Amino acid sequence: MGLNARTSEKIAFALLRLATLMVAGFVLFILAYIVYNGYSVISIEFLTEMPRRMMTQGGIYPAIVGTLTLILGSMVVALPMGILAAIYLNEYAGETRTTWLIEMAINNLAGTPSVVFGLFGLALFVKYFGFGPSILSASLTLSLLIIPVIIRSSQEALITVPKEYRESSLALGISKWQTIRHVVLPAAIPGIVTGSILSIGRVAGETAPILLTGAAYYLPRLPDSIYSQFMALPYHLFVLATAGTNIAQTRPLQYGTALVLLMIVLGLNLIAVLIRRHYRQKLKI
Amino acid sequence: MLNRKYKEKTIESVLFSVSALTVVILFLICLFLFRDGLLLFKDTSLLDFLTGKFWYPTSVNRQFGLLPLFFGSLLVTAGAILFAVPLGIASAIYISEIAHPKVADFLKPFIEILAGIPSVVFGFFGLVVLVPVVRTAFNLPTGQTALTGSIMLGIMALPTIITISEDAISSVPSTLKQGSLALGATRWQTIYKVIIPAALSGISAAVMLGIGRAIGETMTVMMVTGNTAIIPSFPGGILDPVRTMTATIALEMGEVPQGSTHFHALFAVGSVLFIITFLINLIADSIKKRYRFKVD
Amino acid sequence: MTEAVQNVALPQIKVENLNLWYGEKQALNNISMHIPKNSVTALIGPSGCGKSTFIRCFNRMNDLIKNCRVEGKISIEGKDIYGTGVDVVDLRKRVGMVFQKPNPFPMSIYDNIAYGPRIHGITKKDLDGVVEGALRSAAIWDETSDRLKSPALSLSGGQQQRLCIARTLAVKPEIILFDEPCSALDPISTSRIEELIINLKKDYTIVIVTHNMQQAARISDYTGFFLMGELIEFGQTRQIFQNPMEQSTEDYITGRFG
Repeated sequence: MGLNARTSEKIAFALLRLATLMVAGFVLFILAYIVYNGYSVISIEFLTEMPRRMMTQGGIYPAIVGTLTLILGSMVVALPMGILAAIYLNEYAGETRTTWLIEMAINNLAGTPSVVFGLFGLALFVKYFGFGPSILSASLTLSLLIIPVIIRSSQEALITVPKEYRESSLALGISKWQTIRHVVLPAAIPGIVTGSILSIGRVAGETAPILLTGAAYYLPRLPDSIYSQFMALPYHLFVLATAGTNIAQTRPLQYGTALVLLMIVLGLNLIAVLIRRHYRQKLKI
Repeated sequence: MLNRKYKEKTIESVLFSVSALTVVILFLICLFLFRDGLLLFKDTSLLDFLTGKFWYPTSVNRQFGLLPLFFGSLLVTAGAILFAVPLGIASAIYISEIAHPKVADFLKPFIEILAGIPSVVFGFFGLVVLVPVVRTAFNLPTGQTALTGSIMLGIMALPTIITISEDAISSVPSTLKQGSLALGATRWQTIYKVIIPAALSGISAAVMLGIGRAIGETMTVMMVTGNTAIIPSFPGGILDPVRTMTATIALEMGEVPQGSTHFHALFAVGSVLFIITFLINLIADSIKKRYRFKVD
Repeated sequence: MTEAVQNVALPQIKVENLNLWYGEKQALNNISMHIPKNSVTALIGPSGCGKSTFIRCFNRMNDLIKNCRVEGKISIEGKDIYGTGVDVVDLRKRVGMVFQKPNPFPMSIYDNIAYGPRIHGITKKDLDGVVEGALRSAAIWDETSDRLKSPALSLSGGQQQRLCIARTLAVKPEIILFDEPCSALDPISTSRIEELIINLKKDYTIVIVTHNMQQAARISDYTGFFLMGELIEFGQTRQIFQNPMEQSTEDYITGRFG
């Protein structure tokens, strides 16, 4: 006896709803758990003090500074490269073999595991160029990791700029590059900014690549040059949670570090969403 | 005027060079991975590496067999996919076809939060929450098992699978849907007889990319799978600790002398990983192209 | 070729044996036409007949389309615009274009007009004058003089189209191409633009594509009728509408097809 169509639809929809609720439940639970256990740890001291006594006490200041430095360092390289490449692909590239090759390379870079980027950074920047394990090596490695992300999101932003803007500017006797600079880019900027902010979140959270290219286990001082090793939030969390003899004792510090990291990343996501929404509404008038 | 033409040409060349750098980077990654990876074969034959059953990098009788790591990655990834694919596709269907548009507008960014959470935070969460649960539930000596890794990786692969499947399902032309409904089919019949088949190649691409995401994940698996480099038995091994290729690289690279055989062995593992994800990307790409073509 | 056109001493635009292909498909077939200075020339014909493709040859907008190939000659003031060494950017400065849908940039009214002159290097102190002049010539100064800083997209459709005309005038072209400029507008806005076009004739040579035959009859001096990529008939508007020489022109004008 088959079920009648109505009943089986009801069962199917209930199951689909359950699956979605489960997924949403994961998100909620993970966030709530980290926030619940971490918020009491966070204080001005926690954010602004050096770690003490082999990291069993004190704060995470150098890790915060390290992560911010990595963000800055990698964006300096990745942002211009990613945006320029996106402009070429969207505005200039024809359907040639070279374009196909570039598209293929971007897709594959986007899908390459971050630990492989770490190995590459180790071989190229740390060893071959002799930058050593350092902020420089790690920033460059991270920038390679996010270039495909920035290219893709910038391309998406450029595609949404209406063709008419380009046409009417060209028809005024404005050259192609001037048209891109004065009409296309300004219209695409919100999308480009949104994508870039999301990739900053990625830089803040990546661990495997910096593990291989310069993150320090314990370094209770600030880096003094781009050739210094550094502490960073994600690696600090990893170290506290898995290594050493005081894992249980430092659990509160772990929750606190996880929460700070999460707040940075999700805060950036939120900003990106708000920017997107702001400009969408502005375009509607 | 000549001046401007020259300037325009220069700008185009600069933009082209920057784009072409992506190809150069990919090429350099191959070069540097393979260069150090191939040096392993001065000490160990390619066959021994690819078919070796033991990964003993530091014992006197050291062996660099890939199989335990390869099967470790395979087991954890397979588990993750078994868990994430049905859940992900079900959510994608719910969001694009069943949920009220306002609910969907809320759910989509909410689920995408998962994509933003750093893997080390997932690993930490798995370590403090899921590991004890698995240990008690199955009465095991340790909760750091392949299963734990699979569940965590599954959750992490969900946003990839959901977002891309949802895209594929939403781009099925509504005329197809209306045609089916007009024939008296229920919404559910329309979904599984018309919409899912039409979106299938997009969904397959989503699954491939989900696999790529899971197999390349490092920190999470490293923190929750116990990292024992033994070929897992199947299917019982899902409750044993395992060691993936990614975790091996991240765990051991810190302790090996640069230029040693062990160092080269880790690059060889990295090369294998790179080749695997490269192939997965190519497959996902070609599936996606076919589906774009169909939609057009 | 009719007498009237031959009488014009110096045609400003001279089209000779123009052919155009999109890939394998021929879209324009052996077209020749002389357009005199300070006149309005209307191009009519059913949709898909090639009239828009044709007008886009005058400022080489077709260059943007992949696989588009042009043969033949278009000379403006005696110089072949498809010849070697022609700078397309300079050509487009001389030959302005107003599009079917009003398409102001997402900037203020002022910046829309100032956009072209600024990039072409007008000094800051001259800019206000240029903007005002262009807005006046496009008969939209009175409606915008007190709100130059507000976004152009806040104007009505008809105002936006006149703004686009002003934007084109600000670059000081010699020829202005109109590609169905009123097809997205209401009748009142349409008549304002028609009035404007007639006034602009004093200073510019105007070529307008329209699907509206009454419009062609009202505003143009010369009319060309296109059908399936061919120029069927070209002559003084009065003659084309009152006494067409070709049967198909008469059929189209009297509404038997199209």
